[in-house]
This record gives sequence, C-alpha cells and structure tokens, in this order.
Amino acid sequence: MITLNINKKTYNIDADPETPLLWVLRDHVGLVGTKFGCGVAQCGACVVHLDGEAVRSCVTRINRAVGKKVVTIEGLSEKNDHPLQKAWLELDVSQCGYCQAGQIMSAAVLLKENKNPTDQDINDAMAGNICRCGTYLRIRDAIHLASELQKKGNAGL
Amino acid sequence: MNTKFLNRARYSRSLRTPIVICLLCCVVAFMAFTLNDNNLKAAGNKALPLIEKDSIASLKAFNQVYTVLMSARCMNCHPSGNVPLQGDDNHLHTMLPKRGQDGKGLYALKCANCHQPTNTPGLHTPPGNPNWHLPPANMRMVFQGRTPRQLAKQLIDPNQNGHKDMKKLIEHADDGLVLAAWNPGEGRTLPPMSHAAFKKAWLTWLNNGAYAPAK
Repeated sequence: MITLNINKKTYNIDADPETPLLWVLRDHVGLVGTKFGCGVAQCGACVVHLDGEAVRSCVTRINRAVGKKVVTIEGLSEKNDHPLQKAWLELDVSQCGYCQAGQIMSAAVLLKENKNPTDQDINDAMAGNICRCGTYLRIRDAIHLASELQKKGNAGL
Repeated sequence: MNTKFLNRARYSRSLRTPIVICLLCCVVAFMAFTLNDNNLKAAGNKALPLIEKDSIASLKAFNQVYTVLMSARCMNCHPSGNVPLQGDDNHLHTMLPKRGQDGKGLYALKCANCHQPTNTPGLHTPPGNPNWHLPPANMRMVFQGRTPRQLAKQLIDPNQNGHKDMKKLIEHADDGLVLAAWNPGEGRTLPPMSHAAFKKAWLTWLNNGAYAPAK
C-alpha cells in the first residue's frame, strides 16, 4: 500500500511502486483530467505538479511521489479560477482540448517562476507540450493574459 | 723559476674548471635530494600524490580518454550551445530544453521532469539518474567541437573544469553521471570501451602528468 497526497487529499493506493503516476491518477483515484498522450514523456499531455514541478506523470513512478504533493488540473484552483483557466476560457484557447490540461499545468509553473514572461520565456517553458490542433498562438496569448491577471491579483474577467 | 711558476699557474687553472663543476653538481644533487624528500614527506602526509611524469604514456592514454568523452553518451550533455544533444548523431534534444543557470533546465522543462532517478523501461525512453543535469551556465564544460589539445587543457584547468583539483578529477571517474554513460537505457550505444578501461586510461593520463596533445 502506498500513500499519496493528491490535490491536498490523502489516498492509500494498492499498486506496485513502479506504477506510473498517470495510471494511478486515472484508474485508481478517478482523476481523468490528466491525459495519456504518448506514454514516453514526449508530448506533455500528462503533466501534473509534483512538489511544484511540472513532471510527466506517464513516466513518473508512484514511489517518487511518496511524501510529496501531487497537484492535477482538478486541484490547480479551488473554483477553476486560476488566472490561466480564466484566460483560457476568455480566449477560447482549446480546440479538441486533449492536450490542454498539460498545457495549463506547464504554463502554471512558468507563471509561478516568472511573473512577466516574454515570448521567448513562453517558448522555453512550453516547447515540450504538443498540440495537434495547433493552438499555439492562442496558448501564447492566454499566458500573457494570465500574467496580467496574476499581476492584478487575479481580478477581472 | 719563472717557468716553474707559470706551469703551476696553468696547472691550477686547469684544475679550477673540474672543481667548479663538481661543486655545482653537489649543490644540484643536494637540492634535488631536498625537494624529493619534501615530496616524499608530502606524499606521506597524503597532501599531494607523487607524480611520475611520462608524457608518452600520458598522451597515449588521453587518446583513449578522448574517444570516450567525444562519444554520444558523454558529449550529448556537454554541448557547445545551451540545448542538450540526443542520439548517436548528436542532434538537438527534442523540445529544445534549455540549460538554465544551474544546468537543470527551465520552468516546465527541467531535466528531472522527464528524467527519472532510474532509466525508464522501453526503447528510447528517457534515461534516468538522480542527478541528471547539464553543466551550469557559468561553467559550461563544453566537449562538442573541442580538439584533443583543447579538451585536455580544459579538463585540468580548475577555472574550466568545475574547480576540480587532481584529487577530484581522479574521483570523477566514478561519478554517478559518468557511470550512467555505461547504463544508457535501451536503444543507445555504449562508449567505445568499458568503464574499467576508461578509468584506467583516465588515471594513466592524469597520473603521468596530464599532458595535452599537440593538436
């Protein structure tokens, strides 16, 4: 039995310690907002936060998450009102939406570490998140908008 | 009388040169003995290893060292730019992750976000190590594009090698990331010789004077 802290809740998981975190999130805990894309850390659809870092849950074994805080897209904000979530809705970023949870979770780490990112900073942070619909320009705009919202204390919209 | 005096003077002059040479030899021998004695005392105190220099053995060993350091498993994390390399053809790492100040990546593209403490199972999946990183931005330790001479001089320069002295350089042969080159995960070629052979060549190069090749 492995104990994990996911979105501020404690879960006792009956799984092999080598099981990828993504499997546990989706199949054991029922948090299906995080998506399976490639399974080999190449696409970014499965990004979650592990102690604040944007890890790829498809290759992160659950034994690495023991004693750490896991945050998924469901736990990013209390009321789905993270500046990024608000900006995403405002600019209608998603098309098919499959990659968007991973995109937002990666962007959240960028905004946490850099309150005022340039286009180059966004490239440096987001180049590992693939969107097959090609929403990259809207993603970039939404990150800039979220940065503005964050600076205003998440007021507006 | 005059002839006798002149002969004696000539005899004295002819003796003077060998005597001076003998005296100089004695002084040099004494100094050499003293210095050697100091080295031995230092070695006894384990402050400094006693290095017997052998440029031929050292250079021969470095030729082997160089083939390993320029292999994909070593060079891919010692790129000339700020993006790591991948594959046996040393192409830029997909996603173009950046070095960052500490060598551990930037924002959502930090090395450890994909590279786990151990290798991920499967062909061409991310290799793992608990300390996966590039050299930091202020000490880039570039291998890519370095000639044997440039690399040899860089490796022994504390201002370019991560402030490593001889002791730390010797220990570096068994560094966890160095060893990872011989456990690269499925689908990746190994360096051109075993780790044991590499370590032997590394130590031979260093312990024989760490000579840099001519080119």
